[in-house]
Amino acid sequence: MNAREEVLGRIRAALGPACGGPVEVRRDYRRTLYAAGDPLDVFAERVEHYQATVTRVGVGGLRAAVEAALAARGVRQVVAAPGLDPDWLPAAVGVQLLADDPPLPIEALDAAGGALTGCAVGIAETGTIVLDGSRACGRRALTLIPDYHLCVVRADQVVGGVPEAVALLDPRRPLTFVSGPSATSDIELDRVEGVHGPRTLDVLLVEG
Amino acid sequence: MAPTWLGLPARRGPEKFPVAARRALADSQLRRNLRKATTTIRARRAEVVAELDDWEQLRAAGKAIKDQALASLDGYLEQFERAAVAAGAQVHWARDAAEANAAVAAVARAHGAREVVKVKSMVTEEIGLNDALAADGIAAVETDLAELIVQLAGDRPSHILVPAIHKNRSEVRELFLQKIGGVDPALTDEPHRLAAAAREHLRRTFLAAKVGVSGANFAVAETGSLVVLESEGNGRMCLTLPEVLVSVVGIEKIVPTWADLEVFLQLLPRSSTAERMNPYTTVWTGVHPGDGPQEVHVVLLDNGRTRVLADEVGRQALRCIRCSACLNVCPVYERVGGHPYHSVYPGPIGAILTPQLAGVENASSLPYASSLCGACYEVCPVAIDIPEVLVHLRAEVVESKPHRTAESTAMQAMAWVFGDERRFAAAQRAARLVPLSGLVPGPLSPMTRWTSARDLPPIPAESFRAWWQRERGGAPEAGGARMAGGVRAAGGASEVVGVPEVDEAGEAGGASETGGARERGGA
Repeated sequence: MNAREEVLGRIRAALGPACGGPVEVRRDYRRTLYAAGDPLDVFAERVEHYQATVTRVGVGGLRAAVEAALAARGVRQVVAAPGLDPDWLPAAVGVQLLADDPPLPIEALDAAGGALTGCAVGIAETGTIVLDGSRACGRRALTLIPDYHLCVVRADQVVGGVPEAVALLDPRRPLTFVSGPSATSDIELDRVEGVHGPRTLDVLLVEG
Repeated sequence: MAPTWLGLPARRGPEKFPVAARRALADSQLRRNLRKATTTIRARRAEVVAELDDWEQLRAAGKAIKDQALASLDGYLEQFERAAVAAGAQVHWARDAAEANAAVAAVARAHGAREVVKVKSMVTEEIGLNDALAADGIAAVETDLAELIVQLAGDRPSHILVPAIHKNRSEVRELFLQKIGGVDPALTDEPHRLAAAAREHLRRTFLAAKVGVSGANFAVAETGSLVVLESEGNGRMCLTLPEVLVSVVGIEKIVPTWADLEVFLQLLPRSSTAERMNPYTTVWTGVHPGDGPQEVHVVLLDNGRTRVLADEVGRQALRCIRCSACLNVCPVYERVGGHPYHSVYPGPIGAILTPQLAGVENASSLPYASSLCGACYEVCPVAIDIPEVLVHLRAEVVESKPHRTAESTAMQAMAWVFGDERRFAAAQRAARLVPLSGLVPGPLSPMTRWTSARDLPPIPAESFRAWWQRERGGAPEAGGARMAGGVRAAGGASEVVGVPEVDEAGEAGGASETGGARERGGA
């Protein structure tokens, strides 16, 4: 008997007559935001709790905000996700914009100072940004290799709680849930920001 | 059947938990490190759990979803396999550790890889993958900071979530200075400096890796997706950069639907690292063209799990999502750490999982590595009644013993004395005639292991029965059978409290079920 048939057979034998029995799952937990207040305020507060920054801007001020963020972090070379609105892209002198389209070699991502992307969903409750590999989010390596991630989140992408976000996401796409910059709690269980992923995360929250 | 491999030889000569625990207790640095870490995380977990006013509903849902998955595990595994294969993954099945290790090694060999990068995973530790690969000439590089610390030190993990919890920052600094080539000698023991040193050390390895190896926190039957929660980004590196990815997944990791993750993505981070959400969670489904590994393997592993599934009381241990909250609240774990459990699964969950996976005869002291205080059950995000399973396993240990122990002989003698009113009264009189010191076993007696950790209360000059006889005369009505079944001796007061009387079958109601274990409060 091959391993597959044997393992399945062991499971059926172990369960006996209980095999396949119905189990009721009550989903009487909340589906929306727990915290009181405007979801956007909660989102901003909770993203910042992870030592990331959130800057709230109007649509018209987005390009200037992108340029200001890059300048503040001293990032001179930034790789943009392929599907970003050209109106967002930095045009300031002194910033080199690279397109990840066609995909850059890993070495080029490693040499770049930062990545600029959109997102699929923001979760207020947990201060989480979800990237789904769409053209606005880029492939996974784009937001992993550069040491700086600048993420643009539209107000209408922010939902209250985790259940709302899961319902909006398609697991057939590659998903990355990002809650703050990379971190570790491995030494004395103290959270320390900045290990292998981007050590700095800035979020631009766009309203209007 | 050969004993199930659990990362370490299940039976290490005569060393049982109490022996190893006593040695750990003597290490005051270890106890300081553990107390600091577990106290910190306990407080933080309590805070983030209190933030959700429906925690109990989430917990009940988490339990029910896992029970649902286990009740139809065969069907869900087949469904997972179909969906994963349709998405481009190759699915392998492994009856035991050796088969799983061979499957991973075969993939690495097929690509000529001499080195694989690893995401921290309990299951690959359980099957001893690193040693098995090394025997095949393949180096497995642990990339999680704590796993790296453990690997560099040639040490063993001592905690599910934070394998190097037994080491403090200055010990980690010393280790890095000794073992990582090219580390700045001015390295301080600040955690962010230590993390930066690890980043520097592993960067080239990540960028050059051809084969990645991972476990998974969840496997979604409906979609064939795998999910890994992590903090550092080393997981994302291993799951994204290599051309080939092999994930070893215990068959109990199945959840039926994608929507089920709305529960576990709330339960797990708050219970494990005590955060609203862990920094990174990766979900992948087979091969994603142009993004990440283009050859994806999944190894579905039994390795004793179906044996656990066959035990109606013990199978709840398969609900475990490896959060480690039970370790952090356990008074036993806090004092001795993870090593005395001699398993990759330490703490309360290890005390029920290891004997079941490996067979109670191979870990017979672990079901006793607990005071049955019940804190583990209270914090468990999937409501595993660990004390219930511990008591159940203790019974199995006793039954599995081929010979009588001093304890079972003493208990049998006590049952004989307690079973008859006259014998009981005679024993009480006798006890008062012998000086107390005469009742305490001497240093050579086999009973010292019992008495060294327990205080013997002084025997009163007059028993309750004698007092009753003297004061009221006549035979005490409330004595006899009622005494045996319905009197609690707690606190020394003999008082009949709301305990059901012995029924016709001679079994105190509820005591054989969960009630017996649940009456442990206050310990």
